[in-house]
Amino acid sequence: MASILAVDDSASMRQMVSFTLKGAGYDVTEAVDGVEALEMAKQGPVNLVITDVNMPNMDGISLIRELRKLPDYKFIPILMLTTESGSEKKQEGRSAGATGWIVKPFNPEQLLATIKKVLG
Amino acid sequence: MTAAENIAENVDVLDEEAEIEQEVEVKNEFLTFFLAKEEYGVDILRVQEIRGWESVTRIPNTPLYVKGVMNLRGAIVPVVDLRDRFGLENAELTNTTVVVVLRVIVNESEKIVGIVVDGVSGVIEAAVSEVARSPEFGGDIKTEFISGLVNQNDVMVMLLDVEKLLASECMSLEAETSDS
Amino acid sequence: MSIDMAQFHQVFFEESFEGLETMESGLLNLDKGDVDEEEINSIFRAAHSIKGGSGTFGFTNVAEFTHIMETLLDEMRDGRRTITDESLEALLHSVDCLRDMLSAVRDDTEVDEEKVASSRKELEVILSEETAASEPSGSPATSESVEVSSVEAEVAAKQLGWHIVFTPHANLLQTGNDVVRILRELDELGTLAAEADFDNLPNFDALDAENLYISWDLKLTGDITIEQLDDVFLWVDGDCDLAIMPIMDKTPVVAATTTESAPAEAEKTPEVEAAVEAPKPAAKKAAPKKSAAKKPAASASSIRVGIDKVDDLINMVGELVITQSMLGMLGEDFDMSRVDKLVDGLAQLERHTRELQESVMQIRMLPISFTFSRFPRLVHDLSSKMGKKIEFKMSGENTEVDKTVMEKIGDPLVHLVRNSCDHGIEMPEDRLATGKEEHGTVELEAYHKGGNIVIEIRDDGKGLDASKLLEKGIEKGLVTPGQKLSDSQIYDLIFMPGFSTAAAITDVSGRGVGMDVVRKNIQALGGVVEITSELGVGTTITIRLPLTLAILDGQTVAVGDEVYIIPLMSIIESIQVDPSMINLVAGKGETFKLRNEYLPIVRLYETFGVPSVSLNELTEGLLVVVEGDGRKCGLFVDDLLGQQQVVIKSLEANYRRMEGVSGATILGDGSVALIIDIPSLMRLANKH
Repeated sequence: MASILAVDDSASMRQMVSFTLKGAGYDVTEAVDGVEALEMAKQGPVNLVITDVNMPNMDGISLIRELRKLPDYKFIPILMLTTESGSEKKQEGRSAGATGWIVKPFNPEQLLATIKKVLG
Repeated sequence: MTAAENIAENVDVLDEEAEIEQEVEVKNEFLTFFLAKEEYGVDILRVQEIRGWESVTRIPNTPLYVKGVMNLRGAIVPVVDLRDRFGLENAELTNTTVVVVLRVIVNESEKIVGIVVDGVSGVIEAAVSEVARSPEFGGDIKTEFISGLVNQNDVMVMLLDVEKLLASECMSLEAETSDS
Repeated sequence: MSIDMAQFHQVFFEESFEGLETMESGLLNLDKGDVDEEEINSIFRAAHSIKGGSGTFGFTNVAEFTHIMETLLDEMRDGRRTITDESLEALLHSVDCLRDMLSAVRDDTEVDEEKVASSRKELEVILSEETAASEPSGSPATSESVEVSSVEAEVAAKQLGWHIVFTPHANLLQTGNDVVRILRELDELGTLAAEADFDNLPNFDALDAENLYISWDLKLTGDITIEQLDDVFLWVDGDCDLAIMPIMDKTPVVAATTTESAPAEAEKTPEVEAAVEAPKPAAKKAAPKKSAAKKPAASASSIRVGIDKVDDLINMVGELVITQSMLGMLGEDFDMSRVDKLVDGLAQLERHTRELQESVMQIRMLPISFTFSRFPRLVHDLSSKMGKKIEFKMSGENTEVDKTVMEKIGDPLVHLVRNSCDHGIEMPEDRLATGKEEHGTVELEAYHKGGNIVIEIRDDGKGLDASKLLEKGIEKGLVTPGQKLSDSQIYDLIFMPGFSTAAAITDVSGRGVGMDVVRKNIQALGGVVEITSELGVGTTITIRLPLTLAILDGQTVAVGDEVYIIPLMSIIESIQVDPSMINLVAGKGETFKLRNEYLPIVRLYETFGVPSVSLNELTEGLLVVVEGDGRKCGLFVDDLLGQQQVVIKSLEANYRRMEGVSGATILGDGSVALIIDIPSLMRLANKH
């Protein structure tokens, strides 16, 4: 089954995302910020990355930028979790290399629908 | 089957039922043991285990009848010598001396306490109707802790109210400390 | 798939309350005028996470309220708004308010709507003042959704489907998007006829495998809305040229727009808003479930390991420690030929035991910042209330301490910090008059020293006046006139019940009850508290606590044929006395002179009534100099046996509290030894 790296500094969001995805049969790894996520990403490629934007140490946008520099992650879908409803953050994410976004708040069903869309 | 036979059988059944009911309702079991040649009994439901005597650690500034504390699988358990408590002849420790480990409820929490006895004699069954009210022993300290008497093969067994005995033990001492 | 969101609530509440602490301490730091970008960022992030979580878990009122805070913080973060005292004050109030709201949701109680409204108003007033360039993002764009429906209405008539010209930019793949995915999604919406246009395909040698050169002419038929299409192309907007035209009944396709899909852009915004609104019903559905799962969340403590499990582990470790020392004893009188092996094995067992013990204990250890974090706010509020200027400094917040110790040390610390602010620090004018800086300083520091954690509360206030204290002590009958007391003994009077130094009773520092309770609480944790002070310069209160309550470093001593354990922490030294050191003070018992101090001698065999006394000449045994409650004495014992870590077992569990004894432990041979409680022992000895 597809592997997913879920990155969020909020434990509850991380748990919710991870629980939902695991329930749908995905193989989920969790990271608490960009730095940890990048470390994990380097250990082996995953099929999809979902990351929060606002995080300490390394935010989501920087993480996406860093991931895109890795050969293994050049074309891997990266989704950002964002509450900014304005297009500014999304554009910033996009130019950093984000595939798309999921707008918070979302529920597990919406999350799965979006993931399915990307991973097929 | 005639009507009479029918009735007779019914009566039989009734008798049987009554017997069973009586047994379930009033027969209690007691573990009996000796203290200075006198026989005592405790409610068997209170008994957790019986252990051979082993040395205990004395607790300073406690009455002589509090032998000390022992290690019961990692728990610290006080051991009380009932012979001293009741002012009986202070028997030596022999190879039949055992510690009966009891569970009692004190202040709504369960405590485990050991009592030293001269030897366990057995288990008796006694119906409530067979238990006589304890007579006054004339100021004898043990009177207040004896809930009743049972005549077992012409031997008088004194039933101990362990709850009262040991609860008063822990509680009265507790009160004492908070006063000081 | 149905997921019970209530299972995440506890974690959400825990992290939200932690987030509030972060916000509060961050806001108080900003207060000092040091505008640290990372500080504002972390405050913002905390608010942002609470908003995101509360939205997701269906606590709409919390999400809405946090949104307003976040808006203000965002403006501060971007430098669009200068940070003023008023705005910080308002944010601090909103933190309090948010805490109430979260507690109310968690405990299923009513929230004080009035308070929420007034805090909200306070924020809104600030937001409306000299509003920075940004439009209030508080209200979602409802007008735009109206526009959408009108666009929809125009398009709806007799439409068969859509004609889409999709020209991906060469770099579209580099965002992880995929043309095949997009086509697949369109195909799922209706019937798709796709035609590829290879016109832009370069010569093979110029071909970059990572780029896209093909554009698509798509005809999608079916009952499909423009939103559904927008949704499909949402993520590639800007990375492609897109033309979307309705295919009308019988009408030939009219090229409405081309390139960059300007109208599609306009219609996209509502889609985003729709996504924001969508989860609300779902969240409401989850609400009734939540109340059932709520109670345990409220009572659970914030350590993220089941406490029973932790306690079990600690017991296990205790057993292991016992086994280890038991084997140690076994080895001593073993057959000599096997001793080497045994010793090796023991060394290993000991190491493993220690490692396991350490890692297990670690589970219960938390940084003391959990307790410290409330103090900046406390001092801030106190100083404004009292009209004093107090700078508050903290250090060593990361010092770790046992959870139980931490929970119980909070109240005593609050009392002591309050005292420092109230009695210690002078009014600004008084400080200036004595040549001090206008600002007083209160410092709170924690550090590890030996097996203990030390917490110091220092102030540079007026210090303690020993002569006044002594006077008062005499007046209260705590000291007999003419009695000679050292300064530290005089300071100790503060800890006596009923002794209060406040000239007037204030609502800040209590009514003379308190300091005795403070000391009692610290002692109950196996700790000690000491005061040092210099008149006019300041006061330092030092609290020393054991790192944990479960295991203690002990010194085993022999008295007659009995064995006792003295906590190593109470021991200053052990000495062999010389007859010349011993004095017999009439009516006061025995004392000995140790470096200019006369200390009472407590003969342990007497105090504990040991039946088998073998030694009663002081010069034959040892004096263990111990300290408790700020008093010292020499404990006369036969001999020191050894030092070891012992697992503390309660005597009360099956028996009762005993004077002079804090508990018991099980030695290597399986026997029980009592652990001496030094302050209690000294009181007991006094009675004898």
